[in-house]
Amino acid sequence: MTPEAPRTTTAPHPRGRRRPRGAGRAPAALLLPALLGLAFLVLPLLGLLVRAPWSALPGLLTGPEVWQALKLSLLSATLATGVALVLGVPLAWLLARTDFPGRRLVRALVTLPLVLPPVVGGVALLLVLGRNGILGRWLDAWTGVTLPFTTTGVVVAEAFVAMPFLVISVEGALRAADPRYEEAAATLGASRLTAFRRVTLPLVAPGIGAGAVLAWARALGEFGATITFAGNFPGRTQTMPLAVYLAMESDPEAAIALSLVLLAVSVAVLAGLRDRWMSTP
Amino acid sequence: MRSVRRLLAASAVLALAAGLTACSGSDGGSASVGPAPSRPDVKGTVTVFAAASLKESFTELGKRFEAAYPGTTVTFDFGGSSALARNIVSGAPADVFAAASPATMKTVTDAKLTGGDPTVFARNTLEIAVPKGNPKHIAGLKDLKGVKTALCAEEVPCGAAAATALAAAGVELTPATYEQDVKGALTKVELGEVDASLVYQTDVKADSAKIEGVNFPEAAQAVNDYRIVHLAKAPNANGAAAFLGYLGSADARRVLTDAGFQAP
Repeated sequence: MTPEAPRTTTAPHPRGRRRPRGAGRAPAALLLPALLGLAFLVLPLLGLLVRAPWSALPGLLTGPEVWQALKLSLLSATLATGVALVLGVPLAWLLARTDFPGRRLVRALVTLPLVLPPVVGGVALLLVLGRNGILGRWLDAWTGVTLPFTTTGVVVAEAFVAMPFLVISVEGALRAADPRYEEAAATLGASRLTAFRRVTLPLVAPGIGAGAVLAWARALGEFGATITFAGNFPGRTQTMPLAVYLAMESDPEAAIALSLVLLAVSVAVLAGLRDRWMSTP
Repeated sequence: MRSVRRLLAASAVLALAAGLTACSGSDGGSASVGPAPSRPDVKGTVTVFAAASLKESFTELGKRFEAAYPGTTVTFDFGGSSALARNIVSGAPADVFAAASPATMKTVTDAKLTGGDPTVFARNTLEIAVPKGNPKHIAGLKDLKGVKTALCAEEVPCGAAAATALAAAGVELTPATYEQDVKGALTKVELGEVDASLVYQTDVKADSAKIEGVNFPEAAQAVNDYRIVHLAKAPNANGAAAFLGYLGSADARRVLTDAGFQAP
């Protein structure tokens, strides 16, 4: 995932095709650490491919629990992205387009889950939305619904961790977009909501898309908050990262096989979106 | 971290060599502090890799060992037994390994990295952990069928033991969650997210302010043996031998029993 994506894609004025090249070759003082950095990022993934038990792979990956975990991962990450879109885009709009006292504080609070260890997020969710939680107690008493140990709980945990990525992306896109289009719409008689729907949304659609991809990818890889808040039960709350972690306890080969599947999914998503959102000018 | 440890281990070897040349001839056996005699050839840092469930008792044992052998420092790495075993096979410089399950010890013996046969030094049995006061009146494994339960995942030792006990009782249980370690299963009871979980007696004892344990007869069929061994490539071989020797003392046994472990 490249965090640059939202910024580069929302630049409204296309840059020139030719990038100005510096005179001469790259200096060794920059080239060497750059190559080291590249190797540092790529080598572990290559190691996964080298050490993969290729001959045993079909047997390891055809078990029903693998597809169960993968299906659950894809479904919950997609639902969590949906939640993040429905709640996150308006939140981003609020942060970018309105001025209210404490806006900076709210913005800091929104980004907090970005830097918070996910396990801490899981504990916090448990204390608030758990069966004995501050809100969860009432939810249980009134509706009989409890969130921990359910697929809904997985979606909640993933949305908690992933939504800040979307909010930050969309807020950045909104700030980069020219507010005069909205003002023009307003002078032509559009209400603020109509202007948001018909002018702002289409304007920042690439930013929303990039934010959604970031959020989806973050949700797909979510581990700490999920296992803490939603527990681990095959088919219900055991997503791929949980399956990888537990397989590592007893059967490293199975863990490598599962990791390969996640790697393949990530590569496929990046490749599929390359032209739309991930390309840099 | 590893390089720091390596450095410590290297300095331990140096200190040991210095001690040997300085004290050849005179045996300081009479100057005993504590229950075990202090020996001049036992010095430096002893690095012990131990299962997470040993944290409370081994931390106490380490303090007592240091008092009995002045000049020694015991450093611990507590973690999941399988992760520790993986680290040792990958070359982590440990002197002693204490594992919570035979399978994890086998990883190390299979790699021919042990300096002797592993010995069983403690046993741990399962208990049903329930909130203080046992609000759901759970008296045995069969009562778990009607309530929300957390089990350890079968990939970790406490989960394997739970599966054995449930099979022995003929109880088929669908838990709310398979936790990644025993502390996770215990916490879920403490927070009230589940009504009961299957954990070790020692875990219940360590958390007795909020949790109480319910014994059940099938636990006898799923006793977990803790094995300890000194490692072939131990940087501090004398320290490792002394630590193993100390573990057999009455003093050490008392610490383990107080924590809820049973004698082998």
